[in-house]
Amino acid sequence: MRILEKILGRRPHWGVHPDDHKRPAADAPLRSLPLPEVLHVPLQQHVGNPARPVVLVGERVLKGDLIAEPNGNISAPVHAPTSGWISAIGEITAAHPSGLSQLAITITADGADAWCERVPVADPFALAPEEISRRTAAAGVVGLGGATFPAAVKFNLGRRLQVGTLIVNGGECEPYLSSDDRMMRDRAAEVVDGLRIVMHAIGAREALIGIEDNKPQAIAAMRVAAAAFGNVQLRVVPARYPMGSDKQLIQTLTGKEVPADARAAEVGVLVHNVSTCAAVHRAVRRGEPLVERIVTLNGGALTRPGNVLAPIGTPVVDLLRFAGVSERPARLVLGGPMMGIVLPHARVPIVKGASGILAFDAAEARTPPAGPCIRCGSCTRACPMGLLPLEMASRIGVGDLDSAAGLGLSDCIGCGCCAYVCPAHIPLVQFFSHAKGELSARERSRLRNDATRRLAEDRAARLAREAQEKAAANARRKAERDAAKAAVGGGSRLLSTRIADTTSEAAT
Amino acid sequence: MIPPRPAGPVAAPHATAGTNVTRVMLWVCAALLPATLFGFWLYGWPAIHLWWLTTASAIAGEALCLRLRRQAVLPSLCDASALLTGWLLALSLPPWAPWWVGVVGGLFATVIGKQVFGGLGQNLFNPAMVARVMLLISFPVPMTAWTAPLPLRSANAPGFVDGLWITFGARPEALDAMSSATLFGYARSELSRGVDLLQSLAATQAPTINLLGERAGSLGETASLLIAAGGLLLLGLRLITWHIPFAMLATLALFASFMHSLDPARYLSVSTHLLSGAAMLGAFFIATDYVTSPNTAAGQLVFGAGVGFLSYVIRTWGGYPEGVAFAVLLMNALTPVIDRYVKPRIYGRDRRGMPLEIES
Repeated sequence: MRILEKILGRRPHWGVHPDDHKRPAADAPLRSLPLPEVLHVPLQQHVGNPARPVVLVGERVLKGDLIAEPNGNISAPVHAPTSGWISAIGEITAAHPSGLSQLAITITADGADAWCERVPVADPFALAPEEISRRTAAAGVVGLGGATFPAAVKFNLGRRLQVGTLIVNGGECEPYLSSDDRMMRDRAAEVVDGLRIVMHAIGAREALIGIEDNKPQAIAAMRVAAAAFGNVQLRVVPARYPMGSDKQLIQTLTGKEVPADARAAEVGVLVHNVSTCAAVHRAVRRGEPLVERIVTLNGGALTRPGNVLAPIGTPVVDLLRFAGVSERPARLVLGGPMMGIVLPHARVPIVKGASGILAFDAAEARTPPAGPCIRCGSCTRACPMGLLPLEMASRIGVGDLDSAAGLGLSDCIGCGCCAYVCPAHIPLVQFFSHAKGELSARERSRLRNDATRRLAEDRAARLAREAQEKAAANARRKAERDAAKAAVGGGSRLLSTRIADTTSEAAT
Repeated sequence: MIPPRPAGPVAAPHATAGTNVTRVMLWVCAALLPATLFGFWLYGWPAIHLWWLTTASAIAGEALCLRLRRQAVLPSLCDASALLTGWLLALSLPPWAPWWVGVVGGLFATVIGKQVFGGLGQNLFNPAMVARVMLLISFPVPMTAWTAPLPLRSANAPGFVDGLWITFGARPEALDAMSSATLFGYARSELSRGVDLLQSLAATQAPTINLLGERAGSLGETASLLIAAGGLLLLGLRLITWHIPFAMLATLALFASFMHSLDPARYLSVSTHLLSGAAMLGAFFIATDYVTSPNTAAGQLVFGAGVGFLSYVIRTWGGYPEGVAFAVLLMNALTPVIDRYVKPRIYGRDRRGMPLEIES
């Protein structure tokens, strides 16, 4: 197999090659969004527990002030994206297709955009790695590629497992998106400095920057920025979706395969997104918390697509207004078209993980009706994980979730390649996320039932034990009573014998 | 600015590759077109009438069943799968077969071969081959009445009306006058008479004739070159992968060359096997049927090799001179088994599905 791969070249045999739709947005210069009047900063912008507010309504805050503290080990603090006052702490619509609400801190901007006091560090490489983790955590830096895993938690993991290689993800394989591309073109020095700080924080010997070959300017800019550092290498990877997925990028760059149920760090690599590296640079070197990010605005319904630097918490409607809406968008998507989520409306604010807002026109939003599966196998060929989407979907379709799980449902990364290529337009990803949800609900209820059963068994055992003890005690008491009786009534038995004797005498 | 209308819960991905089932089926039909037109030219009007009768009855059978199953008829017909089934069946019939062969075959293909299993995507066996084998077993005489080529513009080729007469069985004497044997049939009967292949084939044909297809055979089978060209088009469009055609033709060639080298007087040569009968049509259009073949690359190699091997065995030692249709059906029956045992390796797991060892 290996020899065959060598002969046929290293072209990945997985994934799809969707039209990227990245231009002209990717080539438009980065713009700054005019400061919005009101910002809704959600408390849950990372995996893990939502942050806990530390401000009160009416309080004044400066840009970068802590407004919510982390709550638990895998959590991140939230900072004020601009100066102003806290006008509300309450529920807003979450950036989720359900339209359910979540807690957010609303800040009314004063327009000054005045920073709080920042503590810069001249030489981050003189700091202890733990100190870099601490500063990164305090700045609320989470994975900006969309996974929003707190960066510092990953640093600590990497340090503990002695990761040798840092992989910097500049893949940005999602169509339409170009925020990482823009980041690398415009702020290559920041990215490279940030990734070197990350290397220091995890104790990595080398860094590999993977960039897809459809971003020549980003490659050129990063090459210049990384030239001075011998242990930082840039690798151009083929543009193929989902190259930006950890596992696929690791395999492409190092040839290593992350075992199922294991973390990348366990094979000696750690992956961080380019924008995350830039955020680490700002957090550590300049003492700036993560309060803004580059957001791609794209889609057929926009007149001026491009990338903007926007404060976290900006309502999507402000972004759309800035980019000019030519027609009523038929669908709003947060993230890329392959894995992004539909927004219920435009008042939802952007979060740290929001790499793009796509406003699709009617043609882009058209969803063809699903037909029967013709078993063409396109999905199998496209799956980057080596799964059998059509088999899993047909099992799920008849409610046989266990056999779908047996086919590797848990290994599905939800990248959407299968549904993308399906000529019958079967919503495969929907099938899988439904089944995953169902299975985890079932697992939870199984655990609950187990716990209940254990309690019931314990109770039955306790009752039985108590009954036994009681019986034993009764028996013991009875025995004692009998013994006592026996001691007193040696005579009484004699008496009764005597009576019996007399009656027998009388009878005779 | 107008706020966007609330979007329903639409799951990712919000993009598709822009293909659909109809397009896939129509491309396959388009790939069949050159060989079909060549067959029409070669065998004249009766062949054209047989073609439309077969495809029309396949479509009619599909429509009837959809109606009975209370499903939307038109959208399902528009996927063009019934058209393709009828077309493939027509190509595998003797070109001057009487009308009822085409009609019964077309109806059988979609009604019994496909719809009783539950329609598109549900059938276990290739519908066209099911119908062909049924016809061959039930009506062996008209199904083996082959016609020598009589190109459309040649002197005594039947015209449109004469073609209708022939197809609708009003002039059986014309059929008798034209009847001939396929290469495999001829070789077999000569062998059984004790004439070895070296003698019997010397007079008949060189492989170049097989390439051009100018000899007795079913409507579309004999023009191997055009069929292969259509197959290459499908490969180029990535509608099929190389695995099944390659595995089938390679296995067929392997056995043919081995046996031929053992005894050229008794076993036909590689080129004869590859370029005659349904080898090419089977390799590129029949065995590659999505629904009835495995859907992993490794499974397709196994499947293709099985079809190639069985084709050779049936052609050489079986009761019928041609074996591709039987071979495909036999391997169709094995497809679920192949799919069960030949699976791709899941990323991060070994072949048994256990997580890989951490190497680092």
